[in-house]
Amino acid sequence: MPVVAMTVNGKPASADVEARTLLVHFIREHLGLTGTHVGCDTSQCGACVVHVDGRAVKSCAILAVQAEGADIVTVEGLAKNGELHPVQQAFREHHGLQCGFCTPGMIMTAVDLIRRKPNLDEKTVREELEGNICRCTGYHNIVKAILAASQAMR
Amino acid sequence: MSNAATGEGIGQPVRRKEDFRFITGNGHYTDDIARPRQTWAYFLRSPHAHAKIRKIDTRAAEAAPGVVAIFTGKHVADDGLGGLICGWTVSSKDGTPMKVGPHPILALDTVRYVGDHVAMVVAETLAEARSAAEMIDVDYETLPAAVALAACQSKEAPQVHPEAPRNTCFEWELGNKPETEAAFAKADKIVKLDLTNNRLIPNAMEPRAAIGEYDKGSGVYTLHTTSQNPHVARLVLSAFVGVAPEHKLRVIAPDVGGGFGSKIFIYAEETACVWAAAKVGRPIKWTADRSEAFLSDAHGRDHLSHAELALDKNGKFLALRVKTVANLGAYLSTFSASVPTYLYGTLLSGQYDIPAIYVEVDGVYTHTAPVDAYRGAGRPEATYLVERIVETAARETGIDPAEIRRRNFIRSFPHQTPVIMAYDAGDYEASLDAAMKAVDHKGFPARKAEAEKRGKLRGLGFSSYIEACGIAPSAAVGSLGAGVGLWESAEVRVNPTGNVEVLTGSHSHGQGHETTFAQLVASRLGIPMEQVEIVHGDTDKVQFGMGTYGSRSGAVGMSAIVKALDKIETKAKKIAAHLMEAAVEDIVFENGTFTVQGTDKSLPWAQLALSAYTAHGFPSAEIEPGLKEGAFYDPTNFTFPAGCHICEVEIDPDTGVTRIVNFVAVDDFGTIINPMIVEGQVHGGIAQGIGQALLEHGVYDPASGQLVTGSYMDYCMPRADDLPSFNLGFTKTVCPSNPLGMKGCGEAGAIASPPAIINAITDALGIRDIEMPATPARVWAAIQSRPRAAAAE
Ligand code: FES
Ligand code: FES
Repeated sequence: MPVVAMTVNGKPASADVEARTLLVHFIREHLGLTGTHVGCDTSQCGACVVHVDGRAVKSCAILAVQAEGADIVTVEGLAKNGELHPVQQAFREHHGLQCGFCTPGMIMTAVDLIRRKPNLDEKTVREELEGNICRCTGYHNIVKAILAASQAMR
Repeated sequence: MSNAATGEGIGQPVRRKEDFRFITGNGHYTDDIARPRQTWAYFLRSPHAHAKIRKIDTRAAEAAPGVVAIFTGKHVADDGLGGLICGWTVSSKDGTPMKVGPHPILALDTVRYVGDHVAMVVAETLAEARSAAEMIDVDYETLPAAVALAACQSKEAPQVHPEAPRNTCFEWELGNKPETEAAFAKADKIVKLDLTNNRLIPNAMEPRAAIGEYDKGSGVYTLHTTSQNPHVARLVLSAFVGVAPEHKLRVIAPDVGGGFGSKIFIYAEETACVWAAAKVGRPIKWTADRSEAFLSDAHGRDHLSHAELALDKNGKFLALRVKTVANLGAYLSTFSASVPTYLYGTLLSGQYDIPAIYVEVDGVYTHTAPVDAYRGAGRPEATYLVERIVETAARETGIDPAEIRRRNFIRSFPHQTPVIMAYDAGDYEASLDAAMKAVDHKGFPARKAEAEKRGKLRGLGFSSYIEACGIAPSAAVGSLGAGVGLWESAEVRVNPTGNVEVLTGSHSHGQGHETTFAQLVASRLGIPMEQVEIVHGDTDKVQFGMGTYGSRSGAVGMSAIVKALDKIETKAKKIAAHLMEAAVEDIVFENGTFTVQGTDKSLPWAQLALSAYTAHGFPSAEIEPGLKEGAFYDPTNFTFPAGCHICEVEIDPDTGVTRIVNFVAVDDFGTIINPMIVEGQVHGGIAQGIGQALLEHGVYDPASGQLVTGSYMDYCMPRADDLPSFNLGFTKTVCPSNPLGMKGCGEAGAIASPPAIINAITDALGIRDIEMPATPARVWAAIQSRPRAAAAE
C-alpha cells in the first residue's frame, strides 16, 4: 500500500493507504477530520470541498495519492487562533445553515469564490454555487451570507 | 435585565447556539462516529423490480478477505425476528382493515423493488464488504413488475403481495357522499381536473447511517442512527421487530443532517445492524451512499387524482368530489397509510367554506420503493389539488382568481369542515391582501405587457393554503387508526448552580431547537440563554418522546416545555415563600427574581436553585428537595397554519425555460419565537416546492422497474441558480389551542408553493394544466401545442 504525505491544516499528515482511497476518505477515516462530509457518489453535491494548494476541490473527486505533497485546508483549519473566518461568521450571522451538513463544503467553496472574485453580486454567487447542493436553506441565506462576507473582506 | 432587553427574548432573531460546531466542522453526525473494533456492513440489493429468489450462495463471499459474517433473510427468520411495521391502520369503505403484505428485514424468497435488501455482508472494511457482496451468487427468477401506477389495479397487473388482490391495500373514503352528490346535481357549473402529483425523492444531504452495538456484559444494545424520532425507533425495534427489550435498547440520534420525513421511518438497514451486532460481537456500521439513498429511502407524493368542483352561479363552491390513487410502493413504510388518507383527505376543504366534500383514495402497491411522508406529507397533495381546481374554476367562470377565493373564504371560527378538521383561527383575506400587495398585483398587467414586448410570457399564480400541524391530539389520531399517541414530553432540570437542562422528546435535524427552545426557557426563567442546555435524541437521557415531523415541535414540543416550566415555577415559589417567610400567593417571579409582593424582600434565581438542593430546614412534608419537573403535553386540537403564496414567472417561449421573477409568501404561523429561524424554514420549504413544480421527478422505467433517476446526474435537485431570493411576510392570528399560540412553520413552504408556480405557468401560457415538474421540455411542448389563438396572443 502506498504511503501518502501531505500538509493538512498546517500539520504534516501521512498514512499507509490503499491506492484507491479518495482524498475525502483519507481526511475523514485516516485523519479523523470529520468536518468534511460525503453527500453523494457522483461528485455533484460539494459537501466534501476542501482547499488543495489554496483552491477549492471536491475531495471525493481525487485520490489521496494525487494530493501527495499538497497543502490541504479543511473546514477545521479555517478559523485562526480561535478567531472565526469572516465567511464562517457570516454564515452564522445570516442563518446560512440549518442541518449543517452541506455547510463545510459551502464555506470552503465560498472562501475560494471570494478569493477569485472579490466583487460578487447575487447572480454570480448563485451561478458559482452550481456544484454545492443544500436541501435545507433554499440558498437564500447562504447567498446573503456569502455576499456579506465578501463585503466584509473587501 | 430582561431577556427582551438582551435580545434573547421571544420574538427575537437570536443567532443559533448550534451553529458554532457546524461552521467549524465539529458536528457529530452518525457517520462521524467510529466505535472501537467496528466492522462495516454493506447491503446486497435486488437488481430486479420483481423476482423470486431461487437460491443464495454465499460460500465464495464468506471466504473473501476481511469478511466477518454474511446474513440473509433466512438468518433473520430463523432468529424469530418480526418484520417492519406500518404504525397506522386505515380501513376501507367496506370496513375491512387495509390488506398488508409482510415487510421482511432481508428478503426471504421474493424481491419487490430495485434496491430491496437481499443480504448483509459484514467485513473489516467497507471496501471488503462491498467486494465480497459482489461474490454472492443469487439465483433470481425474474417476474413482470407492476410499475405504472395507473395500470396497477387491473386484473392483469403483476401482484406485489398475494394479501392485496389487484394491488389494492385499501379503498378509503372520507366525507359525505349523498350530500356531495346532491350538491353536484343542483350545481350551475362543474369544473373537472385530472392531476398528477409527481413522485419525489427526499434527499436530505446526510445519507442515512447506523451503528449497531451490543454489550455482552449488560445485554444492552446501542444504536446510533439518523433518526427524527429515536424513541419511536426503539419502540418499533423492541415491541414489533423484537431485536431487544425496550429497556435493553438505547437509540441515539446525534446530529442529523436533514430529514424532511425520510428519517422518521424505521428501515431495514439500521434494524439489521443492531440485530447482527450481537451475532458478530462487534459494532457494525453502515452508511448509505447516495445511490442507495435514492433506491431505498422512502419516497414521497406520487398521486393520480380526478377532482370535480361544483359551483353556483355566483361562483360559490357547493361541493368537492375527489378520486385519488396513491402509490404506496412495494411495502408499507412506518406511516405510509396515514399520508394519502388522514393527512390528505382532511385538508381538502382548503381555506374555503365547502358545504360538502367526498374523497375516495385507493392505496396501491407497486414494485417501487416504499412511499411515505415527505415534507408536508399529504397536505401538499391536498393543497395542490384544491388550489389548482380553484384556479381552474376562476378561469372557467371568468371570476378573478383573488375574487373567487374571497367569495369562498371561511370567515368565522371555529369552523367545522366536512372532512374532520375543526379550524380554530385564521384570517385568510389578510394574508391574501398582504401577498397581493407584496407582489404588486396592480402592476402585473404592465409587467406582462413589457415582457411581451421582449417576446416573453408572464404569468401570476396564487396559492391560498392551509395545513394541519401540531400533530396531534392522541385521542383523535387514535380513533383514526394511529398506533401511537402524538403528545410530547419535556423535563426541566434545574442544577444547584442555577443553570438548566431541558430534555425534550422533539428532535432537531436543522430546525434549531437548541436555540428556540433555549430562548423560551431563558426568557421564562430570566436567565441568559447560555445557561440553558437543550438535550435531545438519546433514549437513555430523554425518557420518551415522539420526535419531530409534521411541524409539531413548536406547537407540541414547546408546549410540553411550558407545562414543565409551570410546574418548576410552582415549586420554586413554594421554596421562595419558605425562604422569605411569606405566603406563596404573595411571591412574584419576574426577570429571574422572586420577590414578596409589597415588600423589598427578594431572592435571585441562582440562590433559589442552590437552596432547593441544600434543602436546609425545608418542611419535608410540604417541600421535597430538588428542582426538576417533567410534563407530557397532549394537544387538544391540530393547529392550522395558513397563508398565501403568489408566484410570478417569466417564460421564454423559444426555450421553455421558466424563470421565477418574484416569489411572495405571506404566512400566519401564530406566535413566532425566532423569526430568523422561521424564515429559514419557509425558504427551505419553498425551495423544495419549487423543486417539485419545476425540477424534481422520481422516475421508474415502466417496463423494467429500474429507477431512472437514481443519482444527482438524473434527479434534478434545486441548485442556487434555479431559485430566486424569496419575499416573505407574516400575518398573525394566535392559535387558541396551545399556551404559546404557535402553529408550526416547517412544511408551509413545500405545501403552498407548487400550485402557485403551476398556476403561474398555466396563466402565462393560457393553458389548463401542465404536469409537474414543468421542465423546459414540457413547457416548450405545451407552447407548441397551444391552440393558434392563444399562441398568437
Ligand atoms: S461528496 Fe463530493 S461532491 Fe458529493
Ligand atoms: S444546511 Fe442542511 S443541507 Fe444545507
